[in-house]
This record gives sequence, structure tokens and C-alpha cells, in this order.
Amino acid sequence: MKKKFIMIDFFLKHISMFFAYFVLLVIFGLFLVLYINSKDAINHFGFFSFITSNVWSPAFDKFGGLIALIGTFLTTVISAIIAIPIALGIAIFLVEICPNFLKTPIGIAIELLAAIPSVIYGFWGLFYLGPLIEKYVQPFFNATLVKLPIVGQYFYGYSSSVSLFTASVVLAIMIIPFTAALTRDALKITPDLLKESAYALGATKWETISKVMFRYSKGAIIGAVLISLGRAIGETMAVTFVIGNQDSLPTSLMSATTTVTATIANEFTEASSHLYLSSMYLLAFILFLLSFLLIIGSKMFFLRKVRD
Amino acid sequence: MRKRKIKNYIGLSISTISAFIGLFFLLWIIVSLIEKGFHYVNWSVFTQNAVSPGDEGGGLKFAILGQLEVVSIASLLGIPTGILGGIYLSEYGKDSFLSNVIRNVSDAMTSIPSIIIGIFVYALVVVPMGGFSVLAGSIALALLMMPIVISSIDNILRLVPNELREAAYALGAPKYIVIFKVVAKEAIVGIVSVILLAISRILGETAPLLFTSFNSNFESYKLNKPIATLTVTMYDYAMGPYDSWHHLAWAAAIILTFSVLLFNIASRLFSYWRFRR
Repeated sequence: MKKKFIMIDFFLKHISMFFAYFVLLVIFGLFLVLYINSKDAINHFGFFSFITSNVWSPAFDKFGGLIALIGTFLTTVISAIIAIPIALGIAIFLVEICPNFLKTPIGIAIELLAAIPSVIYGFWGLFYLGPLIEKYVQPFFNATLVKLPIVGQYFYGYSSSVSLFTASVVLAIMIIPFTAALTRDALKITPDLLKESAYALGATKWETISKVMFRYSKGAIIGAVLISLGRAIGETMAVTFVIGNQDSLPTSLMSATTTVTATIANEFTEASSHLYLSSMYLLAFILFLLSFLLIIGSKMFFLRKVRD
Repeated sequence: MRKRKIKNYIGLSISTISAFIGLFFLLWIIVSLIEKGFHYVNWSVFTQNAVSPGDEGGGLKFAILGQLEVVSIASLLGIPTGILGGIYLSEYGKDSFLSNVIRNVSDAMTSIPSIIIGIFVYALVVVPMGGFSVLAGSIALALLMMPIVISSIDNILRLVPNELREAAYALGAPKYIVIFKVVAKEAIVGIVSVILLAISRILGETAPLLFTSFNSNFESYKLNKPIATLTVTMYDYAMGPYDSWHHLAWAAAIILTFSVLLFNIASRLFSYWRFRR
């Protein structure tokens, strides 16, 4: 009887250990598989000329990642510019302004929206938001912002329901609930004692929020923002529907272009040559490294504070 | 004093306004989705298969069943292994250096772009097997599930008070009995909540399925054959040229949104129940 116990214990310990270590195996395998498969593209084009070349031509078997990387960079940055202030507003509202009986329902609503799959956001952008942007926003831009000197041309567009702008807005709407939930948790870590001390010294509510709470949870908020950027940079479906998938550099906010994820999603299964496929592995490898760096960075800021 | 008060009002109003802008957008999505899509959901969507392109009618039976198959197999692969991994971290590894490394890596893996997991499985499963398959799609989703399950199970089991374990040990129970009959029993509601959450997280995944289970027009549920799933079908139909396809895509969007929300809410109810107890 005793022996059976020892056997089962031994078995359970080692099998559960295997699955825990399996995670390390997967991350290592990811790195290795992406590297090995992108090696041909690295050898053929050279890493730096790959990321600085804007030629993406399956017909001539010549590939460069610049267009996709710039598309990814721009959609991520523009969506962050739209989403982060709104998300911070929601977080401040939920933690400090909102009456107590509304906190839970609004909080849950936001978390549920963060759970909606990204393919739904992309789909909604294609069939609902895109046409609205084409009908209202773009004529508005053409009538106002385009008239501005120098920067005006960057807002010009013609019948663009799918564009860099649409993709960034959809992406922003998608990451708002995610970022809001994270920054709310980050703001919540401020001890009540500190807030009460600020009020006792005669600080207004806004001063308490901006000078006490923000300062206290600065690290955690930066972490939350970085993790949201990581989410935006690797998002595929919300962008693929509405970016236009054109292998050309965007000339304005309203022009169609592509991103790393959209290129991979659209062309991976159609790759006709080995070099073509390898170039897409290389794009995926770069994306993997970028998002991993963002996650590690956010962990250094965020988790240290929240876990303490 | 006055200046500070004005600043206070401006700051608070800006946050409140941005909160309402955000909430408006989010409500808008749900409302417009229901308003434009709901009437495309009817009985034949669930019972019929696709008709020839461009013809009105037809349904998503194969895609719905395909989605169920891929997600079920992924859950069978991802959940038990994830639970075991979580058990190791909380019951055996505890605070050792390597366990903390695994915790961090597993946390980080939940944020890796899912399309990259798709490519990884393409290289490791699809290429050696010689084609897209249900199995490849399920493995991709399972790999997405596993780190979520590991991290949450670890967190939940660590909340179980040590006194319970000590009491069981004192009665002479071997470790596996302590884990399964004491620790897991205490945390069972939380474990169910984690399982539901993990399913809701992969239910709507599209990108990792694009290069693994792919899509198919022939109704076949064999493990080594490609299969239609709701998400990929929705993508293909939305990008396609026919109105009838777009209508089915709207129906798919509604079905998908509500099933994800259903699992998510169920998971929340369980975790609420856990804290109440």
C-alpha cells in the first residue's frame, strides 16, 4: 500500500513538472523555429537591408519589411494616442469620480468588452465604422485639415473606407477596455492613507489624483501602457479587415497600407516561393521580438509594483 | 484658491467626458452589432450548409460544428496539461528560482501575438503532416490556453491556506491525496472559473487558425483534414464579394460574440461565488 502511494506521488510530481517546464520549451521552440525558418531571408537580403527596403514583390522574389513595419508602427502609435487618454479617463472615473453603485456595473461592462474577440472589432470596422468614416470623417478632413499648409496632405483621402486611419481607430476602440481595466487596477494600488493625507492637507480631488495617485502608481501605469502597446502591435484580425492590405507606403492617414500581421495573415498560405515564405517568417520573428521586449519591459514596471 | 478649484473642475470633467466617450464607443459596437446582424440569425443558419457562392440562403452548420470540434480538442489538450503545470508551480515548485522563471514566462506567453503561435504550429505540425488539419488548429489553440490555465491555477491554488495541507499531512495522507482531495476540492469553484475563462479566450481566436485548421468546403470532421471554423469562415465571407456571404458573416459575428460573452459571464459568476464563500 505504501509503495503504491510513493509510486503515484513520484508519477504526479514528474508529469506535472514536465508540463510546467513545457512552457519554457515552447518559448524556446518559438524562438528557434522562427529563427531557423527566417534564416534564408536573413542570408539572402541581410537583416538591415530587409528592414529598410520598401520592395515587397512576390513577382520578382524580392522582399523588404519596411512597409509592413511602418504600417505596424503607425497603427500602434496612432491607436495609442487615441486610446490611452480615453482609457486613463475611464480609469480615473472608475476609481475616483464614479458613484459607488455604478462602479461594479461599469467595471464589468468594460471587462466584458475587453473579452469580445478581435475578429468582431475588425468585422465591425469593415462593415460599420469604415463606411461611416468614408461618408463623414473623410469629407470633413478634406474640407478642413487638408487646407492646412505642409501637414494638410497627410489627411487627404479619396473614398477610403479602409485605411490607416480606420485601422488605427478600430484598434484604439479594441484596446480601450483592455487598457482601462489595467490602468484602473494600477490606480487602485494607491493606499487610502496617502489619499487621505493629501485631502487633509487641503488638496483638491484633481490634485490628489494627479500629484498623489499618479505619482504613486506611475510605474504600474507605464507598465499597463506598454502591455497595451504589445497588444496593439501584435493584433491581427482587428487590423487585417480594415487596413486595405496594399504593399505601398502610406502617403496620408487615409491611404491603404499594410502591417506585419496583415501581411502574414493574407499572404502566408499563398507564398509561392521559399524566399517569400522565409521573408514572412522573418517578419513574424521581428514581431515576436518586439512584442516580447514590450512584455518584458511592462513586467519590469508593472508587476513589481502590483505584486508587492 | 480659485485657480486650483477651476483646475480641479477642468481635470475632473475631462476624465468624466473621456470616460463617457469610451463607454459610448463600446456600447455603440454592441448595439450596432445587434441592430445590423441579429435578423440574419435564423434556424437555417444552424441547420444548413453553405450553398453555391452568391446564392441567397444557406447556413453555417459545418463552421459551427467545426469550431466546436477544434475548441473541444484544444480544451482537452490545453486544460488538463495547464492544470498539471499549475499544480506543479503551486504545490511542488513553490518559490524556487526556476518556478518563478516559469511563472514569468507563462505570464508573458499570454500576451504573445496569437498569429505567431499559428506560424509556430504551421512549421511544427502542418509542414511535417503535409497539410492543414483539425489537429494543428487544436494544438495552436491549446498552446494559447496552456499558459493562461497555468498562471491562473497557480494563483488560485496558492490561495488555499497551508493549514489545510498540514492537517491532511498530519493524518498521514500522501501528497497526491492532499493535492486532489484537499487542495483541489477547496479550490474547485475557482478551477471551474479558470476553465471557462480559458475557453472564452480561445473561442474567438482567428489568426492562429488561418494557417493550421485553415478552411474547407467539404464537410469532414477527420482530425487530419482541414475544417471550417466560425471565425475563419466569418473572415473569408466578410472579405468575399457576395451579399449572401456578408449576411452569413453577420450571423457568425452575433453567434460568436454571444457565445464568448456567455462563457466569460459564467466564469465571472463562478469566481464571484468563490469570493462569496
